[in-house]
Amino acid sequence: MSQTNRIDGGLIDRARTLSFRFDGKTFQGHPGDTLASALLANGVRLMGRSFKYHRPRGPISAGSEEPNAIVELRSGARQEPNTRATTAELFEGLDARSQNRVGSLSFDLLAVNDLLSPFFAAGFYYKTFMWPKAFWEKLYEPMIRRAAGLGSLTGEPDPDVYDKGFVHCDLLIIGAGPAGLAAALTAGRAGADVILADEDFVLGGRLNAETFALGDDAGADWARAAVAELAAMPTVRLMPRTTVIGAFDHGIYGALERVSDHLPQPAQGKPRQTLWRIYAKRSLLCAGATERPIAFENNDRPGIMLASALRSYANRWAAVPGREVAIFTNNDDGHRTAADLLAKGIKVAAVIDNRKSDAPGTNRYEVLAGAQVIGSSGRLGLSSISVRLQGGETRTIACQALGVSGGWNPNVHLTCHQRGRPVWNEALAAFLPGGALPPGMTVAGAANGAMSTAGALASGAAEAVAALADLGFKARPADLPEAEDAPVRISPLFHVAGKGRAWLDQQNDVTVKDVKLAHQEGYRSVEHLKRYTTLGMATDQGKTANIGGLAVMAEMTGKSIPETGTTIFRPPYTPVAIGAFAGRSAGKDFRPVRQTPSHKWAAEQGAVFVEVGMWLRAQWFPRPGETHWRQSVDREVLATRKSVGICDVTTLGKVDVQGTDAAEFLNRIYANPFAKLAVGKVRYGLMLREDGMAMDDGTTARLAEDHFVLTTTTANAVGVYRHMEFCRQCLWPEMDVQVISTTEAWAQFSVAGPNARRLLQKIVDPAFDISNEAFPYMGCGEITVCGGLRARLFRISFSGELAYEIAVPTRYGDALVRRMVEVGREFDAIVYGTEALGVMRIEKGHAAGNELNGTTSALNLGMGGMVSKKKDAIGSTLSEREGMNRDDALTLVGFRPVNPAETFAAGSHFIAMGPEANAKNDQGYMTSVCFSPNLGHTIGLGFLKNGAARKGEVLRAVNPVQNVETLVEVVSAHFIDPEGDRLRA
Amino acid sequence: MRYSGFKVLKEALTGHRGWQPAWRDPAPKSHYDIIVVGGGGHGLATAYYLAKVFSKSSVAVLEKGWIGGGNVGRNTTIIRSNYLLDGNEPFYEFSMKLWEGLEQDFNFNAMISQRGVLNLCHTDAQRDAFRRRGNAMRLNGVDAELLDTEGVRKMAPFLNFDSARFPIKGGLLQPRGGTVRHDAVAWGYARGADSRGVDIIQNCEVTGFRIENGKCLGVETTRGFVGAGKVGVAVAGSSGRVMAMAGINRLPIESHVLQAFVSEGLKPIIPGVITYGAGHFYVSQSDKGGLVFGGDIDGYNSYAQRGNLPVVEDVCEGGMSLMPMIGRARLLRMWGGIMDMSMDGSPIIDSTDVDGLYFNGGWCYGGFKATPASGWCFAHLLATDRPHETATAYRFDRFRKGLMIDEKGMGAQPNLH
Amino acid sequence: MIIPHPLLGPRDSQEFTYLGDANLIDRPDWQAEDAVDRFHDYLYLRDNPAGEHKELWFHEQGDRSWLVVTRNTLTHEIISAELARDVARTRGRSK
Repeated sequence: MSQTNRIDGGLIDRARTLSFRFDGKTFQGHPGDTLASALLANGVRLMGRSFKYHRPRGPISAGSEEPNAIVELRSGARQEPNTRATTAELFEGLDARSQNRVGSLSFDLLAVNDLLSPFFAAGFYYKTFMWPKAFWEKLYEPMIRRAAGLGSLTGEPDPDVYDKGFVHCDLLIIGAGPAGLAAALTAGRAGADVILADEDFVLGGRLNAETFALGDDAGADWARAAVAELAAMPTVRLMPRTTVIGAFDHGIYGALERVSDHLPQPAQGKPRQTLWRIYAKRSLLCAGATERPIAFENNDRPGIMLASALRSYANRWAAVPGREVAIFTNNDDGHRTAADLLAKGIKVAAVIDNRKSDAPGTNRYEVLAGAQVIGSSGRLGLSSISVRLQGGETRTIACQALGVSGGWNPNVHLTCHQRGRPVWNEALAAFLPGGALPPGMTVAGAANGAMSTAGALASGAAEAVAALADLGFKARPADLPEAEDAPVRISPLFHVAGKGRAWLDQQNDVTVKDVKLAHQEGYRSVEHLKRYTTLGMATDQGKTANIGGLAVMAEMTGKSIPETGTTIFRPPYTPVAIGAFAGRSAGKDFRPVRQTPSHKWAAEQGAVFVEVGMWLRAQWFPRPGETHWRQSVDREVLATRKSVGICDVTTLGKVDVQGTDAAEFLNRIYANPFAKLAVGKVRYGLMLREDGMAMDDGTTARLAEDHFVLTTTTANAVGVYRHMEFCRQCLWPEMDVQVISTTEAWAQFSVAGPNARRLLQKIVDPAFDISNEAFPYMGCGEITVCGGLRARLFRISFSGELAYEIAVPTRYGDALVRRMVEVGREFDAIVYGTEALGVMRIEKGHAAGNELNGTTSALNLGMGGMVSKKKDAIGSTLSEREGMNRDDALTLVGFRPVNPAETFAAGSHFIAMGPEANAKNDQGYMTSVCFSPNLGHTIGLGFLKNGAARKGEVLRAVNPVQNVETLVEVVSAHFIDPEGDRLRA
Repeated sequence: MRYSGFKVLKEALTGHRGWQPAWRDPAPKSHYDIIVVGGGGHGLATAYYLAKVFSKSSVAVLEKGWIGGGNVGRNTTIIRSNYLLDGNEPFYEFSMKLWEGLEQDFNFNAMISQRGVLNLCHTDAQRDAFRRRGNAMRLNGVDAELLDTEGVRKMAPFLNFDSARFPIKGGLLQPRGGTVRHDAVAWGYARGADSRGVDIIQNCEVTGFRIENGKCLGVETTRGFVGAGKVGVAVAGSSGRVMAMAGINRLPIESHVLQAFVSEGLKPIIPGVITYGAGHFYVSQSDKGGLVFGGDIDGYNSYAQRGNLPVVEDVCEGGMSLMPMIGRARLLRMWGGIMDMSMDGSPIIDSTDVDGLYFNGGWCYGGFKATPASGWCFAHLLATDRPHETATAYRFDRFRKGLMIDEKGMGAQPNLH
Repeated sequence: MIIPHPLLGPRDSQEFTYLGDANLIDRPDWQAEDAVDRFHDYLYLRDNPAGEHKELWFHEQGDRSWLVVTRNTLTHEIISAELARDVARTRGRSK
């Protein structure tokens, strides 16, 4: 039997039929349906189970406020837990499953929790499960965890793509109901840049769900015409299926567009969703209002829903949860539902109107004035309700659906995202926007308390005019059709007194009793109430529940609702896929990749690459036959020290420093003196932070009187440059000095080894003499290579060998490395990677990242003497503090294993021979370790208390996390060529 | 009233009529021996230990709003003691030990769940640093395990091992690390303190300090003057504005906003706490099923308890690059807390230049895990005028003396700690 | 957030890097008798008001200007943005 509860009319496309599956069963629906409307049309009311008691549940709403009808949508890697059936658009082949059940949806084994509910009152878990202590983690918690949670992830990577978009506008209109459409027409006709966003897939808001007319048109038709006019306006951008999720600082709004969620899967090249950042000069919130329920005993059965939802399903989707309905209301709006259903041929068994004298009379259906619904029956769906009549007697009314109307809450959520605090309005018995709204935001329509259609239209147009006036537009309010303008008549009722359980938060199973218990136990502030009972913490964020909880608490404390408090809504307005926030920055594309100029060449050579910050650098260059990385690295080190090796060092930061004060500037940012560095010379520099800790080190070359080139470590390139600009602009603005980062402008290679000069002489143009005499150690100069290509040559060495760094404009980097390898063949030149670079610097005792770890001072690094006391330099003053000048300060020394066959690891700690290995006896730690192919054993650098004075001492390098302990001897950090003869060769 | 399984059973069968308020709602008295300003986790813990350990009978906690409304109710619930430096590690391990017996001690189930904290590393240098830290922990008698890639894969096979921009090279695991139901910590301490005679006074904002001749005599509040022998301030993100009322205008602290996030409830999928070493992302899954996650602070001074989109996106980018299975899980709520970011990333528990006025702050975004030890050590200082042995390094003058406790090595820049 | 750059107009705060309290401009005299104390106060003690705060932002992905931004830390409202170099000069740093 197909679509038994499908009625006439509606905005669905009956010309096409869609097949879909729910819990393995196949059903039919139509384009325009949501999953919930299609299921209702097929006679399915039971769509889920509640969180705690596993109560059978059906939809209570027809929108994003839905707490109950949440399902796992799609399957495989695209499985989406906790998807609201009430907003999921039907598509051909849609596959959904109910969730949070053990067994089938109609026979959920965990429904036993419902029978045990007296034990599961609010906060019960805070009071028990404490004995025996070990049982919490072993027994209780695993049990609770298994039972908790709603839908499930598959564990497979999300296969879809998410995009980010950035868009600017004069006026962002949030919500395309009557207020939003009137505002958009007004603003669009004035020529303003307008964005009209709405979470629904059809614009029009409640106009699509109501039967009353606008002028001569049906509401939905008027909305369609308005949308058509807007779509034709060049300055208006319509964004259906787009939820504005948050109001952030300075007029920035986050919005999620569900680009492809209504399709079986995204079209080729299309994202699943796009996260927009909307930069709006003004925004107008026209988010409408959400109807709220009235709690009564067993008010959570499938078939019981908000009266307006019942009306929406009937009017817009031509679906009803049953052929016999009742209405429970405390305001006139409930009667609208009765009238509309009646007009659709649905039997209205009764309208139970809590109001005694204010209940409108009619002869079209029975009105039970002054009555209340006090209970319901039907195991998996509503079959009847119990009503306490005005006189006190009870009557049972058979019905398959009950529409409940407790009044309407303006959707103030976005007004709270910054400093707004809603204010109570007695006439509407609801909170309205209040406090400081997000700057630039105004509110119109039902969101601002204009609850009639005419009121919404008028306020939308007027607020648009006002917002645009701020921006200098002279807009005229759009001509508006006549529309219903009924006043709100309500007699507040949030729950019906009774002994049984009456649900406030249906998803989290928070009942009136729970709120009363919270009060009894002193959890009376709204925040305590929420946290203790979990009220409003479910996936619907309490959109229909919070106000009821607040009302019950107010009743208990004897205060008014506004005195009791208000709950503040936080972003996002509705939950957003984590993937959407990430956009394309996922997987390999998490961060950009920076490639060195020789990357392509290195890749051709089969280099193994390693991530160094954003850079990819060649780590080593395996050769045929090498099966272990150490073979490659050892070869590269030995070959370099024997003859010559080439390494791409472009990633080192480079900063060009120019100006008449450049020398003095450097003198202040480096701890050691720079003022007197001669032109054509390079000097090592140690840069401190103002707190005296080493920030970075590098070399600085003086190319001219007023021109220096400074290098930084790869890791600190950005930070050092920023620091230099800070010093220049904020500390010494009088200085004539300019700095610019040139890291990407120059390809730079290290050429190291005894044959380095000979190799370079083959590419350096003959006009330049780079002999040892003409171009000594620490010399530098601007030269040309390869027949006129401008280049810079620095005679500096990280490896400890005769070495140079040569720089050419980046675009020649690839050619240069190829040429150097070619001319180097006669010297058996090799190219080495970062690993060999690291080995050679450890052999030479140079500090690097592991030593410059942000907690080491010049003294620690063995460079205390370099900090000039004769000048003002960043960090020099605070270096004088006592704690940084202790006699037993850590100092950088070298280590070797007492037994050369043994090895040790960086991160080991030093303990003297004898005492117990514990924190009290900790003498320092190993920072860098490698195997030295030149020495034939492991070597290390490390910080040791008073290390400089302890050479020759034998210590234990302890590494308890790897259960290793090695005897090590303290040695000089300079393992290779301590006198530096090779450098100067 | 003692909570127990039996009591729950009995109340369930008798309609829950016997439960009493978890704490009283007393009016402030005119004078207390010790006033703790701030009814957050640290303030409540301080009061609890003052009463329980140091037998102080005249103690009040003054809270401007509702207790537990600050960072103890707005964090990502992680506990761990995986610190590197001498000044920190014994303190945080003391805290961990207190966590381990806390529920039985204060008779409130805070759902302390030691499912492990795993820090991932992505470079050799990071692994070296983890080895150093793990060894420092072990030398302090704390549990630590260094995992290689395979070890990580065994624990968390769903991580991105195949297409990661920054490959996972291993991790440092503290098996005893885990999570705690954060609100319950505030409530448990409050209930425990209340039952030992501490007055917990909500909706009582301190508006000034009465200081005469360099001695603090009490506090002015929205509910009148309350005299005190000693006043301890434990107000986290509000440290700057509260201490300014005592004439201490500049502290080694900046207030920054840290955002945190929770997803919709999901069936169990993430075992313990996992932190990404190449991006700003850490995650755990609550007993209720939500993924609780966070990342870096927004990076600018703020008292607004809310942040902005760039950091939300940055955190989710980290999450998606590390565990691409969470793409279709939905972020349900985001919120911000105000962090008292100190100049070296480590806290301060110390007396001040005003006689009788004591300070507890600078917890950065690590204050939650410190709650028990912070309370105990602050109580120790308030009760004895001597620092607790695990908190001797947490002094104001460490910056003047050059004895910073800088775990991250970032120097005097609070937004980098 | 959007920062009104004095030269470039409104720019997204994501283009900037934040440093903190603008008093970091007022670096003390290294030759003062109590230089260590002064530097301590300069580096470690910060203005941290709940309200208007003068703070340093660097336009890292822009023109590389350091700015002094006056911003309300409660509302995030930006009251002004000036070139830090100009501020430094008016504070007497050009000697």
